[in-house]
Parts: sequence; C-alpha cells; structure tokens
Amino acid sequence: MGLLCNFEFGTPRMDAIEAKNLRKSFGPVTAVDDVSITIPEGSIFGFLGPNGAGKTTTIRMMTGVLIPDAGTVQILGTDVNKDPLTAKLKLGVIPENGTVYSDLTAEQNILITAKFYGMDRASRESRTGEILARLGLMERRNDLVRTFSKGMRQRISVACAIVHSPPVLILDEPTVGLDVYSRRLVIETVRHMNREGSTILLTTHNIDEANALCSTISIINRGKIVATGSPEKLKKTFDTSRYVEVSFDRPVGHGLFSAPGITRAEPWGDKWRVYTDDPDRAVKHLASVAEREHLTIVSIATSNPTLEEAFVKLTAGA
Amino acid sequence: MDPNVFARSILVITEKNMRIYYFKGPVVVFGLLFPLIMFLTFFIGRNLDIVLFFPGFLGMMLFFTASSVGPLITPWEKREKTYERLISLPVILESIIIGDLLAGAIFGVAITTIVFVVCAELLHLPLMNAGLLALSFVLGSIAFAALGTLLASPTTDNPSNIMMLSSLVRLPLIFVSGIFIPLGQLSGWEWILTSLSPLTYLVDLFHASLNGDAVYPPWLDILALVIVILVFIGSAKVIQKRNLVKGI
Repeated sequence: MGLLCNFEFGTPRMDAIEAKNLRKSFGPVTAVDDVSITIPEGSIFGFLGPNGAGKTTTIRMMTGVLIPDAGTVQILGTDVNKDPLTAKLKLGVIPENGTVYSDLTAEQNILITAKFYGMDRASRESRTGEILARLGLMERRNDLVRTFSKGMRQRISVACAIVHSPPVLILDEPTVGLDVYSRRLVIETVRHMNREGSTILLTTHNIDEANALCSTISIINRGKIVATGSPEKLKKTFDTSRYVEVSFDRPVGHGLFSAPGITRAEPWGDKWRVYTDDPDRAVKHLASVAEREHLTIVSIATSNPTLEEAFVKLTAGA
Repeated sequence: MDPNVFARSILVITEKNMRIYYFKGPVVVFGLLFPLIMFLTFFIGRNLDIVLFFPGFLGMMLFFTASSVGPLITPWEKREKTYERLISLPVILESIIIGDLLAGAIFGVAITTIVFVVCAELLHLPLMNAGLLALSFVLGSIAFAALGTLLASPTTDNPSNIMMLSSLVRLPLIFVSGIFIPLGQLSGWEWILTSLSPLTYLVDLFHASLNGDAVYPPWLDILALVIVILVFIGSAKVIQKRNLVKGI
C-alpha cells in the first residue's frame, strides 16, 4: 500500500497517482528529467506544457506504455512497473495517439474492453448501453467505427476508458480537434466521472479548459516541472501581468502613460493596454491625466492575471 | 501477478485478434491461397505418390496458416494507432505475445484440420498414430505462430514491410524442409541445410504419424520443435521489450 497522506473528515486517503523522480531519455535527448507528481484521490489534476515539453512521455510512463529509465509510478499504492496488471486494472486511459478498433462496431469495442477488466456479461452489457446513451451513440452502436467521425471515435475512446468505472482516469489531450458537441460531451463525462469518485489526470493545450476543470495544475517545460499549484495560485504568481485597458475619444501618445507603477503600455486595437503591478494606482493616474488633457474616457477595464499569462511566462522560450 | 488476470488478458487478446485479423487480405492470401497454389503447381501434371508427399503438403499448410496471422497484428495495430491503447489496458507484453501466438496457432490448426479431414476422406490416406498427429498439429502450429509473432517484432507501422520480411523468411524454408524432396532422399550439404529448418521436424513428425516413414525418431522432432518455440517466443519478447523501452 502507498503512503497515506491525505485526510478529509478524519478519513485517511491514499494518493491516486504518485510519480517519483521519473526520467526518460531518447538517445541524447532528455524528454523527462526528474519529474515527480503526487495526485490526491478525488481531484482533477491538469498537466500543461507546450508541444514536446514531456507531457505525453510522462503520461506514457504512468500508464505502463513506456518503461522509465529511472523513477517509479504508483497507482493507488501499486507500482506500475512491478505489478502492471494490478495497477492497470485501476486505470482508465485515453492515449494521445490511441484510438479504438475501426474493424469493430462501437458496441463491440466497449464490450471487448470491458472483458479485459473482468466484468461479467450482465455488467458489460448494461454498462455499455448506459455509456452509449450518455455519449449520444446509441443509434450507431452496431456501426463499424471506421464509418465514424473523429469526434464520435473519441467518444468511443472515452467510453472504453470509463466502462469499468476506473478509480483513476488518465486522459491525454482528450478534446484536441473535436467539434463543440463532442468536446462538451467529453468534458461533461470527465466531470461526471469525478463526481462518481474517479481521480482525473488530464493533459491539455486548452488553458481555459484546465482552468475550468482542474483543482491543481502542473506546468512542464523541457522535461521539468516548472510550477505546480491551483489555477488561482499560479495566476497570482504572475500578478505583475495585470493590466488596464483604456480608450479615449481621440488618439494619444505613449508619453501619457509614463507614471510610477506602470511597467509598460502598448496600443491594443483602438485602445491602449497599460501593464501594471497596481491597477488601482494606474486607473487613478489615467483618470487624472484624462482630466488634465481634457480627454474623455470611452471605456476602461481592468484585467485579472490569467492562467495563460502564467503558462506563457513559465514556458517562455519553449 | 494475478494468474487469473494474466490468463484473461491472453484470452481476450486472442479473441480480439480472431475477430479482427482472420479475414484480412494478407492472411487469406499468404495463409490459405499461397500454400495451396504452391502445392498444386508442384503436383499437377506430375505422376507423384500422393501418400509420400502428403505429409509435406500438410506441413506446408500448417506452416503458412499458423505463421500468417502473427506478422500482421502488431504492425497493423501500430499503423491504426490501437497498439498504445492495448498496452495501457490490463495486459503485459507476455499477454500480447501469447495472445498473438494463440490466434495464429488456432487459425493454423483449424484450417489444417479441415484440409486433412477432407483429403483423408477423398484420398483414403493412411493414419498410423492419431495421437502423434494431434501433438504434431499442436506443436507445429505453436512453433510457426511463434515465428509469425517474432517476424512482427521489428519496429514498423507498415504491415506490408513485415509481410515482405515474412515471405523472405518463409519461402526459402519450404524448399529446404523435405516437402518437395523427401528427407530420406537427401544427403551431404542438402541434409545439413534441411536439418537447420524447423519445418523439417514438423514434416518428419507428419511422416511418423501418417505413414510411419519418419527419418528422425519422434522424440527428436518434438524436442526440436519445443526448442524452436522457446527460441522464437524468447526472441520476440526481447525485441518487443526493447521497443517498449525505446518507446517505438
């Protein structure tokens, strides 16, 4: 059994995923360099990073698809490399580059996946029907997957990953390239699985998606974890990226924005974006110069720091 | 490791392979049509003793059918991008290798049994030892299904590359295995070359079980086939494990 490190209402809870010091090189390139992640049971954990940062390599080591050069991964206390069968029974996985069998029907794909998890016939059939209905594929259940759109295939992929109600669900870029309808269904299914008790590990490029879904986020860049925390905590780390957007009734010059607390200002369409570490002071400055120069403020808005800003700063140069 | 989960993973992989790959074009062409055409090309128009040559034909049939499924599975799954999903399911490398092997072996035994029963009825062929024949079917199908799995192990997501490699390995073997020239008529370097082919020992076992005119004692044929099975499975495991480490 793994470490008992979370306590909620006096009940000890195990870490769903505990990756320690993972390292993987491909020839001279170190894809993952000493990555450690701990994901408590019941959480939705986001894993962000630019292309080639090491997200998928890390996920592949966590799911037993790739053997790490060093480090360990435990799924609910079971080591993936020492006891892969037991560890994988606790997992549902949607691989980034993985798809379902196009020569089988939607229903056959889900049923055969359920067999791998040892579900009995009655459970397999009832669960398959339930999932197909939830994912809007009941009418196409007997069609070969090769006739499906990308969105529909991805929904079957999701169905296969959740058919056994896994305690841990790992999704690698599950919404990339999907239409709005399929994307919403996938996200709603992720939320539903989490409400039902599954721990979710999700990699995504979509920062809004991570912001809306995840309770904790790790950002990886060049094979190393560069930040971990709640979305709000990560945003606050980059509080200096806050800005005020203002527009006046006539064009103004750069000099108007020279004041203490304003780090820089740049034209932004018909507005100016004024970056500051103190929005209150910047707004007061803008109001006073508008009064002095007889300018009318047409619009003014302050912006909170965004997760995207944090992501861009942390992965700068990637 | 839970043996029940391991056994289940093998059986489900076997079922998956049987559903998806038995009716693929390369399996039908290389597993069924090819050995039939080869034999007819050799037999028609020549006044050959069918009883003498039938063990060779049966060996060739089992060799081609059992080794035709395995080479297709892994490259096909890598091309279709279903392989990564398969590995992330509750399976281990050994489940995949044995599951692929069993799919090939069952295909080989089923087709060859049908061919044998039909031919035995039509041609009134002798049967000296039914038990030894059944054992030959099992050992031969496993050995050559293992060869198919080994041939699928090199890294590629292009099934036609592996089918070419497979033909390159399999075709020469049928000419040096006592199929077209009975083992008893060989000598010198031909004998040595033939002794190196695993198919020789299966054909010889068929001679023992059908006609009772084997060259080697059955225990030697059986031992040779068991060694071949272990070498093929071990080599496939080493190569596929290396692929997993390299992430390919």
